[in-house]
Amino acid sequence: MKPLVDLALVIRSKNAGPFELTIDIIFKERDVYERVKERQLLNAALVARLYRIPEEDVISVTYFDPTAAFKATMKRQLPSGNLGEKDIYGAQQHAPLLELLLPWSDADAAAS
Amino acid sequence: MDKPMILLSPTAILGYGFPESSFSRGLSLNPDLIAVDAGSTDPGPYYLGSGSSFVPRGAVKRDLAYLLRAALSRRIPLLIGTAGGSGAKPHLSWCREILLELAREEGLSFRMAVIPADIPKSFLLEALAAGKVSPLGPAPELSEADVIESSYLVAQMGAEPLIAALEGGADVVLAGRCYDPAVFAALPLKRGYPAGLALHLGKILECAAIAALPGSGSDCMIGILEGERFMVEPASLERRATVDSVAAHTLYEKSDPYRLPGPGGLLDLSESAFAQVDDRRVEVRGSRFHPSSTCTVKVEGAKLIGYRVISIAGARDPRFIAALDEIIAGVKERTHDNFSGEAGRFKLIFHVYGRDGVMGKQEPQPRPGHEVGIVIEAVAETPDLAEAILGFARSTMLHYGFPGRISTAGNLAFPYSPSDFKVGGAYVFSVYHLMTVDCPEELFSIIYEEVR
Repeated sequence: MKPLVDLALVIRSKNAGPFELTIDIIFKERDVYERVKERQLLNAALVARLYRIPEEDVISVTYFDPTAAFKATMKRQLPSGNLGEKDIYGAQQHAPLLELLLPWSDADAAAS
Repeated sequence: MDKPMILLSPTAILGYGFPESSFSRGLSLNPDLIAVDAGSTDPGPYYLGSGSSFVPRGAVKRDLAYLLRAALSRRIPLLIGTAGGSGAKPHLSWCREILLELAREEGLSFRMAVIPADIPKSFLLEALAAGKVSPLGPAPELSEADVIESSYLVAQMGAEPLIAALEGGADVVLAGRCYDPAVFAALPLKRGYPAGLALHLGKILECAAIAALPGSGSDCMIGILEGERFMVEPASLERRATVDSVAAHTLYEKSDPYRLPGPGGLLDLSESAFAQVDDRRVEVRGSRFHPSSTCTVKVEGAKLIGYRVISIAGARDPRFIAALDEIIAGVKERTHDNFSGEAGRFKLIFHVYGRDGVMGKQEPQPRPGHEVGIVIEAVAETPDLAEAILGFARSTMLHYGFPGRISTAGNLAFPYSPSDFKVGGAYVFSVYHLMTVDCPEELFSIIYEEVR
């Protein structure tokens, strides 16, 4: 297993409009990104589990080749500014990703 | 369109500022226009709902002084999008007043086009009844009540009204709610540059130097359109544009990085190629625009849901922290019981920092630390009721007798006197929808004004 924080250059969350939250993971190395992409190690089901939301609330997952990044967009559980809502800009919702471990074998490590 | 066109974006949001040296360097490249995005829905519903700006007046005036002087002395247009932060009538008036004040103080004269973006409630209600309104993304279905209760309704204009204003001879274009890239794309589109490139460049420039390395929301960025490509370059020599910094910005705040829907169609970045031109410049090719067959505009609205009063306190007693859920439930019950005559007219909310104050029910580790911060929040139909609810809940929590309590003097540490803060109106987004229209131009009429 490999901590995602060791593989990523950027891990961030942000609102995308008042009703959506989007997370970006930009990888340090392109070959690591390609491996993650090829094996779909990051996916909608994982995002749903990390964020404790139903999978249908994960609106899209995208692998973005130009910058070796994974992106997932989900429905905000409370729209920006609604009563009880806690993060208007959605910029501190990335914490679950900081603890994520990815399945990573010695062969992967050697290749990267 | 053979000649390169140079666009200067001074700052990410009007009022966020920029170094004078960067701005001067930007001007030394002889830009064809200066454009700035002045708004966003990111700061939440309060600003649209209340008609106020999220950027201080003094900061906006400071930036505008530089932009106005530079644009007028060089005879290049100045375009300002989503004036006042949210782009509704009071925001537009507020920004217009600042421009008029500067003109008076500095003896400037210019032709200004003001383009309101407000739409009448009756217009949206008719569209709703005709089935021409649909939620944008996961927004809920629109109801008549949402429309009627909204304090302001704005439609997001694309580049067309801005182009019309430039054709009408405006030196300064002050637009209400506006698609962020449109203020940058309007003049290039008018001169025949490809829409895909002009809009993609606008997408980058609207955040100014955020797409640079190191990134900054308060420094200038330059865009250069040339043939089948555009380039971006930070004005400050201390920053660089890199393929990674520009491509990473393409992800930022977007739902889908390849397909960016906007007024009039879809910006398609699936074939975009980013390349390093030199140490400080990145070029982009291949961005395309697909016009849509039906015409839709985004409509935004916010409504007042009550008045908010909050109190901030800390707790350090481990027994109190261990019993916190039970205590909060008890305080809520006591408050609802005490104000049973006001049932349904207020909400009482507790945010517990140091436990799950940031992520709420989505927090993977909801374990409190050795101390916690508590924000008690009351939102009620009237300011008086909100104060009464908050005051009662605060004092009840302060003296709440929970099982195992040994510190009987008080449960909370208040950093302030007074302990309670009147926040004012509480707003929520009521409209965030797409409306199908026959002709978007009819929504955005241009008012010309000779300032002298």
